[in-house]
Amino acid sequence: MGHLNYEDSKKLVFRGMWLLAAVTLIEVVISLFGKGHLGYDPGDSMVLVMVVGVLIAGLSIYKAYYIIYEFMHMGAEVKGLRMSVLLPVLLLVWAIIAFFHEGNSWKERRQLIKEKNEIEAPKKTSSILLDKQTKSIF
Amino acid sequence: MATETVVHEDAKHQNEGDAWDGGAQPFKVSYGKLMMWYFLLSDAFTFAGFLIAYGALRFTMPTWPVPDFVFKTAPFGIHNLFSAETGAPLIFVTFMSFLLILSSVTMVRGVQEGHRENKNGVVFWMVLTIIGGLGFLGCQAWEWNNLIGHEHMTVLTNPFGTHEDSGYYTDDTHGHALPAGQQGERFEVGDSYLIHSTGVNAEGEREWTKRNFVTDGGEKGTEQFGPKQFGALFFFITGFHGFHVFSGVVFLIIICLNVASGLYVRRKNGYEMVEKIGLYWHFVDLVWVFVFLVFYLL
Repeated sequence: MGHLNYEDSKKLVFRGMWLLAAVTLIEVVISLFGKGHLGYDPGDSMVLVMVVGVLIAGLSIYKAYYIIYEFMHMGAEVKGLRMSVLLPVLLLVWAIIAFFHEGNSWKERRQLIKEKNEIEAPKKTSSILLDKQTKSIF
Repeated sequence: MATETVVHEDAKHQNEGDAWDGGAQPFKVSYGKLMMWYFLLSDAFTFAGFLIAYGALRFTMPTWPVPDFVFKTAPFGIHNLFSAETGAPLIFVTFMSFLLILSSVTMVRGVQEGHRENKNGVVFWMVLTIIGGLGFLGCQAWEWNNLIGHEHMTVLTNPFGTHEDSGYYTDDTHGHALPAGQQGERFEVGDSYLIHSTGVNAEGEREWTKRNFVTDGGEKGTEQFGPKQFGALFFFITGFHGFHVFSGVVFLIIICLNVASGLYVRRKNGYEMVEKIGLYWHFVDLVWVFVFLVFYLL
Protein backbone atom coordinates (compact mmCIF):
# COMPACT_ATOMS: atom_id res chain seq x y z
CA MET A 1 0.00 0.00 0.00
CA GLY A 2 2.78 2.36 0.93
CA HIS A 3 4.36 2.29 -2.52
CA LEU A 4 1.17 3.17 -4.35
CA ASN A 5 0.17 6.75 -5.01
CA TYR A 6 -3.09 8.11 -3.71
CA GLU A 7 -5.14 7.65 -6.88
CA ASP A 8 -4.00 4.02 -7.32
CA SER A 9 -4.74 3.05 -3.72
CA LYS A 10 -8.18 4.64 -4.04
CA LYS A 11 -8.88 2.51 -7.10
CA LEU A 12 -7.69 -0.59 -5.25
CA VAL A 13 -10.21 0.00 -2.45
CA PHE A 14 -13.17 0.18 -4.82
CA ARG A 15 -11.87 -2.83 -6.71
CA GLY A 16 -11.93 -4.64 -3.34
CA MET A 17 -15.55 -3.61 -2.85
CA TRP A 18 -16.66 -5.14 -6.17
CA LEU A 19 -14.58 -8.24 -5.51
CA LEU A 20 -16.09 -8.87 -2.06
CA ALA A 21 -19.61 -8.18 -3.33
CA ALA A 22 -19.12 -10.54 -6.27
CA VAL A 23 -17.69 -13.32 -4.10
CA THR A 24 -20.64 -12.94 -1.67
CA LEU A 25 -23.10 -13.16 -4.56
CA ILE A 26 -21.36 -16.28 -5.92
CA GLU A 27 -21.53 -17.85 -2.45
CA VAL A 28 -25.28 -17.21 -2.22
CA VAL A 29 -25.86 -18.64 -5.71
CA ILE A 30 -23.85 -21.78 -4.90
CA SER A 31 -25.68 -22.17 -1.58
CA LEU A 32 -29.12 -21.82 -3.19
CA PHE A 33 -28.09 -24.23 -5.97
CA GLY A 34 -27.11 -26.78 -3.32
CA LYS A 35 -30.50 -26.35 -1.62
CA GLY A 36 -32.34 -26.99 -4.91
CA HIS A 37 -33.67 -23.45 -5.48
CA LEU A 38 -32.22 -22.97 -8.94
CA GLY A 39 -34.12 -25.57 -10.88
CA TYR A 40 -31.87 -28.51 -10.07
CA ASP A 41 -33.07 -30.94 -7.40
CA PRO A 42 -30.04 -32.31 -5.56
CA GLY A 43 -32.13 -34.99 -3.83
CA ASP A 44 -30.21 -36.32 -0.87
CA SER A 45 -26.79 -36.47 -2.51
CA MET A 46 -24.21 -36.20 0.28
CA VAL A 47 -21.45 -35.57 -2.28
CA LEU A 48 -23.14 -32.41 -3.56
CA VAL A 49 -23.70 -31.15 0.00
CA MET A 50 -19.99 -31.69 0.74
CA VAL A 51 -18.82 -30.02 -2.49
CA VAL A 52 -21.10 -27.02 -1.95
CA GLY A 53 -19.97 -26.75 1.69
CA VAL A 54 -16.28 -26.86 0.84
CA LEU A 55 -16.72 -24.34 -1.99
CA ILE A 56 -18.52 -21.70 0.08
CA ALA A 57 -16.22 -22.26 3.08
CA GLY A 58 -13.23 -21.77 0.75
CA LEU A 59 -14.71 -18.56 -0.70
CA SER A 60 -15.42 -17.26 2.83
CA ILE A 61 -11.80 -17.88 3.82
CA TYR A 62 -10.72 -16.01 0.69
CA LYS A 63 -12.93 -13.07 1.73
CA ALA A 64 -11.38 -13.17 5.21
CA TYR A 65 -7.88 -13.17 3.67
CA TYR A 66 -8.78 -10.20 1.48
CA ILE A 67 -10.21 -8.18 4.37
CA ILE A 68 -7.21 -8.89 6.63
CA TYR A 69 -4.50 -8.33 4.00
CA GLU A 70 -5.96 -5.47 1.95
CA PHE A 71 -8.39 -3.60 4.20
CA MET A 72 -6.52 -4.10 7.47
CA HIS A 73 -3.13 -3.82 5.71
CA MET A 74 -1.77 -6.96 7.35
CA GLY A 75 0.37 -7.45 4.24
CA ALA A 76 2.26 -4.25 5.10
CA GLU A 77 3.09 -5.32 8.68
CA VAL A 78 6.39 -6.98 9.60
CA LYS A 79 6.59 -10.77 9.60
CA GLY A 80 6.71 -11.11 13.40
CA LEU A 81 3.39 -9.28 13.82
CA ARG A 82 1.77 -11.24 10.99
CA MET A 83 2.84 -14.56 12.44
CA SER A 84 1.97 -13.74 16.06
CA VAL A 85 -1.59 -12.83 15.04
CA LEU A 86 -2.25 -15.41 12.33
CA LEU A 87 -0.51 -18.57 13.58
CA PRO A 88 -2.60 -18.94 16.79
CA VAL A 89 -5.68 -19.15 14.55
CA LEU A 90 -4.39 -22.54 13.37
CA LEU A 91 -5.38 -23.92 16.79
CA LEU A 92 -8.96 -23.65 15.59
CA VAL A 93 -8.35 -26.34 12.98
CA TRP A 94 -8.12 -28.92 15.72
CA ALA A 95 -11.07 -27.37 17.59
CA ILE A 96 -13.23 -27.79 14.50
CA ILE A 97 -12.17 -31.41 13.93
CA ALA A 98 -12.56 -32.38 17.59
CA PHE A 99 -15.91 -30.71 18.27
CA PHE A 100 -17.55 -31.82 15.04
CA HIS A 101 -16.43 -35.37 15.74
CA GLU A 102 -17.82 -35.06 19.24
CA GLY A 103 -21.16 -33.78 17.95
CA ASN A 104 -21.42 -36.59 15.46
CA SER A 105 -20.62 -39.25 18.02
CA TRP A 106 -23.27 -37.76 20.32
CA LYS A 107 -25.86 -38.16 17.56
CA GLU A 108 -24.80 -41.76 16.88
CA ARG A 109 -25.04 -42.67 20.54
CA ARG A 110 -28.47 -41.13 20.82
CA GLN A 111 -29.53 -43.16 17.79
CA LEU A 112 -28.05 -46.32 19.31
CA ILE A 113 -29.98 -45.79 22.55
CA LYS A 114 -33.16 -45.18 20.56
CA GLU A 115 -32.67 -48.43 18.64
CA LYS A 116 -31.90 -50.40 21.80
CA ASN A 117 -35.02 -49.01 23.47
CA GLU A 118 -37.09 -50.32 20.59
CA ILE A 119 -35.80 -53.89 20.97
CA GLU A 120 -38.55 -55.93 22.60
CA ALA A 121 -37.51 -57.51 25.84
CA PRO A 122 -37.88 -61.33 25.95
CA LYS A 123 -40.97 -62.50 27.82
CA LYS A 124 -39.95 -63.49 31.31
CA THR A 125 -41.81 -65.79 33.67
CA SER A 126 -40.05 -64.54 36.74
CA SER A 127 -39.90 -60.95 37.77
CA ILE A 128 -36.43 -61.45 39.22
CA LEU A 129 -33.59 -61.48 36.75
CA LEU A 130 -32.03 -64.85 37.59
CA ASP A 131 -31.00 -67.60 35.21
CA LYS A 132 -32.06 -71.23 35.75
CA GLN A 133 -28.81 -72.34 37.38
CA THR A 134 -28.85 -69.60 39.99
CA LYS A 135 -32.52 -70.20 40.64
CA SER A 136 -31.91 -73.85 41.43
CA ILE A 137 -29.66 -72.81 44.30
CA PHE A 138 -32.51 -71.12 46.09
CA MET B 1 7.36 6.54 21.84
CA ALA B 2 9.09 8.53 24.55
CA THR B 3 12.44 7.16 25.68
CA GLU B 4 13.63 7.69 29.21
CA THR B 5 17.33 8.21 28.76
CA VAL B 6 18.15 9.28 32.31
CA VAL B 7 16.84 6.22 34.12
CA HIS B 8 18.95 3.04 34.25
CA GLU B 9 21.81 4.49 32.25
CA ASP B 10 24.13 1.75 33.64
CA ALA B 11 21.84 -1.12 32.75
CA LYS B 12 21.49 0.24 29.25
CA HIS B 13 25.22 0.11 28.64
CA GLN B 14 25.43 -3.46 29.80
CA ASN B 15 22.80 -4.58 27.30
CA GLU B 16 23.84 -2.53 24.33
CA GLY B 17 21.86 -3.49 21.25
CA ASP B 18 19.55 -5.76 23.19
CA ALA B 19 15.99 -5.97 21.88
CA TRP B 20 14.72 -6.08 25.48
CA ASP B 21 16.09 -2.61 26.20
CA GLY B 22 12.87 -0.99 25.33
CA GLY B 23 12.63 2.01 23.10
CA ALA B 24 12.81 -0.15 19.97
CA GLN B 25 9.71 -1.33 18.10
CA PRO B 26 10.37 -4.88 16.90
CA PHE B 27 6.97 -5.01 15.15
CA LYS B 28 7.28 -1.46 13.79
CA VAL B 29 3.84 -0.46 15.06
CA SER B 30 2.69 1.59 18.02
CA TYR B 31 1.61 -0.09 21.24
CA GLY B 32 -2.03 0.82 20.63
CA LYS B 33 -2.18 -0.75 17.18
CA LEU B 34 -0.41 -3.91 18.32
CA MET B 35 -2.79 -4.33 21.23
CA MET B 36 -5.76 -3.77 18.92
CA TRP B 37 -4.48 -6.69 16.82
CA TYR B 38 -4.16 -8.92 19.89
CA PHE B 39 -7.59 -7.89 21.13
CA LEU B 40 -9.04 -8.82 17.76
CA LEU B 41 -7.22 -12.17 17.91
CA SER B 42 -8.80 -12.95 21.29
CA ASP B 43 -12.20 -11.79 20.05
CA ALA B 44 -11.78 -14.06 17.03
CA PHE B 45 -11.36 -16.98 19.42
CA THR B 46 -14.57 -16.02 21.24
CA PHE B 47 -16.54 -15.96 18.02
CA ALA B 48 -14.86 -19.14 16.79
CA GLY B 49 -15.90 -20.83 20.05
CA PHE B 50 -19.54 -19.83 19.45
CA LEU B 51 -19.58 -20.85 15.81
CA ILE B 52 -17.87 -24.18 16.48
CA ALA B 53 -20.41 -24.82 19.26
CA TYR B 54 -23.15 -24.15 16.67
CA GLY B 55 -21.55 -26.71 14.34
CA ALA B 56 -21.10 -29.31 17.08
CA LEU B 57 -24.71 -28.96 18.30
CA ARG B 58 -26.01 -29.07 14.72
CA PHE B 59 -24.13 -32.35 14.26
CA THR B 60 -25.80 -33.84 17.35
CA MET B 61 -29.27 -33.41 15.85
CA PRO B 62 -30.88 -35.72 13.29
CA THR B 63 -32.64 -32.70 11.73
CA TRP B 64 -31.87 -28.99 11.71
CA PRO B 65 -33.87 -26.01 10.44
CA VAL B 66 -32.93 -25.19 6.84
CA PRO B 67 -31.69 -21.58 6.62
CA ASP B 68 -33.17 -20.90 3.18
CA PHE B 69 -36.58 -21.77 4.68
CA VAL B 70 -36.14 -19.89 7.96
CA PHE B 71 -34.70 -16.74 6.38
CA LYS B 72 -37.01 -16.27 3.42
CA THR B 73 -38.86 -13.11 4.40
CA ALA B 74 -37.83 -9.60 3.46
CA PRO B 75 -39.22 -6.21 4.46
CA PHE B 76 -41.76 -4.23 2.40
CA GLY B 77 -43.26 -7.50 1.17
CA ILE B 78 -40.32 -8.10 -1.18
CA HIS B 79 -40.67 -11.84 -0.58
CA ASN B 80 -44.14 -11.68 -2.16
CA LEU B 81 -42.43 -11.07 -5.51
CA PHE B 82 -41.12 -14.63 -5.28
CA SER B 83 -43.14 -17.83 -5.31
CA ALA B 84 -45.17 -18.34 -2.15
CA GLU B 85 -43.51 -21.69 -1.52
CA THR B 86 -39.87 -20.60 -1.53
CA GLY B 87 -40.22 -16.96 -0.50
CA ALA B 88 -37.08 -14.86 -0.95
CA PRO B 89 -34.43 -17.23 0.41
CA LEU B 90 -31.38 -15.44 1.86
CA ILE B 91 -32.09 -12.29 -0.20
CA PHE B 92 -32.39 -9.99 2.81
CA VAL B 93 -29.26 -11.27 4.60
CA THR B 94 -27.31 -10.94 1.35
CA PHE B 95 -28.34 -7.29 1.31
CA MET B 96 -27.17 -6.99 4.93
CA SER B 97 -23.80 -8.46 3.95
CA PHE B 98 -23.43 -5.94 1.11
CA LEU B 99 -24.20 -3.14 3.56
CA LEU B 100 -21.42 -4.25 5.90
CA ILE B 101 -18.93 -4.67 3.02
CA LEU B 102 -19.83 -1.17 1.84
CA SER B 103 -19.26 0.34 5.28
CA SER B 104 -15.91 -1.47 5.45
CA VAL B 105 -14.92 0.15 2.14
CA THR B 106 -15.88 3.64 3.32
CA MET B 107 -13.80 2.98 6.46
CA VAL B 108 -10.71 2.17 4.38
CA ARG B 109 -11.24 5.43 2.50
CA GLY B 110 -11.45 7.29 5.81
CA VAL B 111 -8.13 5.80 6.97
CA GLN B 112 -6.53 6.76 3.63
CA GLU B 113 -7.69 10.37 4.00
CA GLY B 114 -6.26 10.30 7.53
CA HIS B 115 -2.83 9.40 6.18
CA ARG B 116 -3.07 12.48 3.97
CA GLU B 117 -4.07 14.57 7.03
CA ASN B 118 -7.28 15.53 5.24
CA LYS B 119 -9.63 16.25 8.14
CA ASN B 120 -12.80 16.86 6.15
CA GLY B 121 -12.20 13.72 4.09
CA VAL B 122 -11.92 11.59 7.24
CA VAL B 123 -15.14 13.03 8.67
CA PHE B 124 -17.00 12.50 5.37
CA TRP B 125 -16.03 8.83 5.01
CA MET B 126 -16.52 8.09 8.72
CA VAL B 127 -20.04 9.51 8.61
CA LEU B 128 -20.81 7.20 5.67
CA THR B 129 -19.37 4.28 7.67
CA ILE B 130 -21.60 5.16 10.64
CA ILE B 131 -24.65 5.28 8.34
CA GLY B 132 -23.72 1.84 6.99
CA GLY B 133 -23.37 0.43 10.50
CA LEU B 134 -26.70 1.91 11.60
CA GLY B 135 -28.32 0.49 8.45
CA PHE B 136 -27.02 -2.96 9.30
CA LEU B 137 -28.35 -2.66 12.85
CA GLY B 138 -31.72 -1.57 11.48
CA CYS B 139 -31.84 -4.61 9.21
CA GLN B 140 -30.97 -6.88 12.11
CA ALA B 141 -33.68 -5.28 14.23
CA TRP B 142 -36.19 -5.99 11.45
CA GLU B 143 -35.01 -9.61 11.16
CA TRP B 144 -35.25 -10.21 14.92
CA ASN B 145 -38.64 -8.52 15.10
CA ASN B 146 -39.89 -10.73 12.27
CA LEU B 147 -38.60 -13.88 13.96
CA ILE B 148 -39.83 -13.02 17.46
CA GLY B 149 -42.99 -11.05 16.72
CA HIS B 150 -44.37 -12.84 13.66
CA GLU B 151 -42.85 -16.32 13.63
CA HIS B 152 -42.66 -16.62 17.43
CA MET B 153 -39.18 -18.07 17.62
CA THR B 154 -37.62 -17.45 21.03
CA VAL B 155 -34.47 -18.54 22.83
CA LEU B 156 -36.30 -21.65 24.08
CA THR B 157 -38.85 -22.32 21.33
CA ASN B 158 -38.06 -23.13 17.72
CA PRO B 159 -41.21 -23.49 15.60
CA PHE B 160 -39.15 -24.41 12.52
CA GLY B 161 -39.37 -28.19 12.14
CA THR B 162 -38.37 -30.74 9.52
CA HIS B 163 -40.30 -33.78 8.28
CA GLU B 164 -38.47 -37.04 8.94
CA ASP B 165 -40.80 -39.07 6.67
CA SER B 166 -42.81 -38.35 3.55
CA GLY B 167 -46.61 -38.38 3.70
CA TYR B 168 -49.86 -36.39 3.59
CA TYR B 169 -51.41 -33.89 5.96
CA THR B 170 -54.80 -34.84 7.41
CA ASP B 171 -55.41 -31.27 8.59
CA ASP B 172 -55.81 -28.08 6.58
CA THR B 173 -53.42 -25.17 7.09
CA HIS B 174 -55.45 -23.92 10.07
CA GLY B 175 -55.14 -27.24 11.89
CA HIS B 176 -58.76 -28.33 11.31
CA ALA B 177 -59.22 -32.00 10.46
CA LEU B 178 -60.16 -32.67 6.85
CA PRO B 179 -63.22 -34.85 6.09
CA ALA B 180 -62.41 -38.57 6.31
CA GLY B 181 -60.85 -39.94 3.15
CA GLN B 182 -59.67 -36.55 1.92
CA GLN B 183 -55.93 -36.14 1.52
CA GLY B 184 -54.20 -32.91 2.48
CA GLU B 185 -50.95 -31.51 1.09
CA ARG B 186 -48.11 -33.86 0.30
CA PHE B 187 -44.68 -33.48 1.93
CA GLU B 188 -41.35 -35.20 1.38
CA VAL B 189 -38.53 -36.22 3.73
CA GLY B 190 -36.54 -33.15 4.77
CA ASP B 191 -39.30 -30.65 3.93
CA SER B 192 -39.46 -27.78 6.41
CA TYR B 193 -42.54 -26.43 8.14
CA LEU B 194 -43.27 -23.51 10.41
CA ILE B 195 -45.71 -24.17 13.25
CA HIS B 196 -47.99 -21.12 13.37
CA SER B 197 -49.22 -19.66 16.60
CA THR B 198 -52.89 -18.85 17.14
CA GLY B 199 -52.15 -16.47 19.98
CA VAL B 200 -51.88 -16.52 23.75
CA ASN B 201 -54.50 -18.18 25.95
CA ALA B 202 -55.99 -16.91 29.23
CA GLU B 203 -53.11 -18.41 31.26
CA GLY B 204 -50.63 -16.49 29.18
CA GLU B 205 -49.33 -19.58 27.36
CA ARG B 206 -48.80 -19.47 23.63
CA GLU B 207 -51.01 -21.78 21.58
CA TRP B 208 -49.81 -23.46 18.42
CA THR B 209 -51.42 -25.02 15.37
CA LYS B 210 -49.65 -28.36 15.11
CA ARG B 211 -51.00 -30.10 12.01
CA ASN B 212 -51.59 -33.85 11.98
CA PHE B 213 -50.37 -36.06 9.16
CA VAL B 214 -50.09 -39.67 7.99
CA THR B 215 -46.75 -40.91 6.74
CA ASP B 216 -46.37 -43.13 3.70
CA GLY B 217 -45.60 -45.91 6.18
CA GLY B 218 -49.16 -45.46 7.52
CA GLU B 219 -48.12 -43.96 10.85
CA LYS B 220 -50.04 -41.02 12.29
CA GLY B 221 -48.03 -38.08 13.49
CA THR B 222 -48.19 -34.45 14.59
CA GLU B 223 -45.80 -31.63 13.74
CA GLN B 224 -43.11 -31.23 16.38
CA PHE B 225 -40.96 -28.23 17.29
CA GLY B 226 -37.48 -28.14 15.79
CA PRO B 227 -34.32 -28.39 17.91
CA LYS B 228 -34.51 -25.59 20.46
CA GLN B 229 -30.74 -25.07 20.30
CA PHE B 230 -31.31 -23.31 16.97
CA GLY B 231 -33.17 -20.40 18.54
CA ALA B 232 -30.73 -20.05 21.44
CA LEU B 233 -27.67 -20.14 19.16
CA PHE B 234 -29.20 -17.79 16.61
CA PHE B 235 -30.13 -15.07 19.08
CA PHE B 236 -26.94 -15.46 21.08
CA ILE B 237 -24.46 -15.40 18.20
CA THR B 238 -26.10 -12.83 15.92
CA GLY B 239 -26.86 -10.82 19.06
CA PHE B 240 -23.21 -10.92 20.11
CA HIS B 241 -22.17 -9.82 16.62
CA GLY B 242 -24.85 -7.12 16.59
CA PHE B 243 -23.54 -5.87 19.92
CA HIS B 244 -20.08 -5.59 18.34
CA VAL B 245 -21.58 -3.58 15.49
CA PHE B 246 -23.42 -1.39 17.99
CA SER B 247 -20.33 -0.69 20.11
CA GLY B 248 -18.38 -0.13 16.87
CA VAL B 249 -20.89 2.53 15.82
CA VAL B 250 -20.58 4.20 19.24
CA PHE B 251 -16.77 4.28 18.98
CA LEU B 252 -16.97 5.53 15.38
CA ILE B 253 -19.22 8.40 16.47
CA ILE B 254 -16.87 9.36 19.33
CA ILE B 255 -13.77 9.24 17.12
CA CYS B 256 -15.55 11.05 14.29
CA LEU B 257 -16.39 13.88 16.71
CA ASN B 258 -12.76 13.93 17.86
CA VAL B 259 -11.62 14.17 14.24
CA ALA B 260 -14.02 17.01 13.57
CA SER B 261 -12.80 18.85 16.68
CA GLY B 262 -9.23 18.74 15.34
CA LEU B 263 -7.85 16.60 18.18
CA TYR B 264 -5.90 14.28 15.87
CA VAL B 265 -4.50 17.15 13.82
CA ARG B 266 -2.57 18.15 16.94
CA ARG B 267 -1.29 14.61 17.50
CA LYS B 268 0.39 14.63 14.06
CA ASN B 269 0.45 10.83 13.76
CA GLY B 270 -1.55 10.39 10.58
CA TYR B 271 -4.87 9.90 12.40
CA GLU B 272 -3.73 6.67 14.04
CA MET B 273 -6.88 6.54 16.17
CA VAL B 274 -8.95 6.33 12.98
CA GLU B 275 -6.71 3.48 11.84
CA LYS B 276 -7.31 1.60 15.11
CA ILE B 277 -11.10 1.92 15.01
CA GLY B 278 -10.80 0.96 11.34
CA LEU B 279 -9.12 -2.33 12.34
CA TYR B 280 -11.98 -3.03 14.74
CA TRP B 281 -14.61 -2.17 12.14
CA HIS B 282 -13.05 -4.46 9.51
CA PHE B 283 -12.96 -7.21 12.11
CA VAL B 284 -16.72 -6.85 12.63
CA ASP B 285 -17.12 -7.29 8.86
CA LEU B 286 -14.75 -10.27 8.98
CA VAL B 287 -16.78 -11.98 11.69
CA TRP B 288 -19.95 -11.42 9.68
CA VAL B 289 -18.33 -13.33 6.79
CA PHE B 290 -18.25 -16.40 9.03
CA VAL B 291 -21.61 -15.82 10.76
CA PHE B 292 -23.10 -15.51 7.26
CA LEU B 293 -21.35 -18.73 6.20
CA VAL B 294 -22.37 -20.78 9.22
CA PHE B 295 -25.93 -19.54 9.82
CA TYR B 296 -27.20 -18.73 6.36
CA LEU B 297 -25.16 -20.42 3.64
CA LEU B 298 -24.44 -23.92 4.95
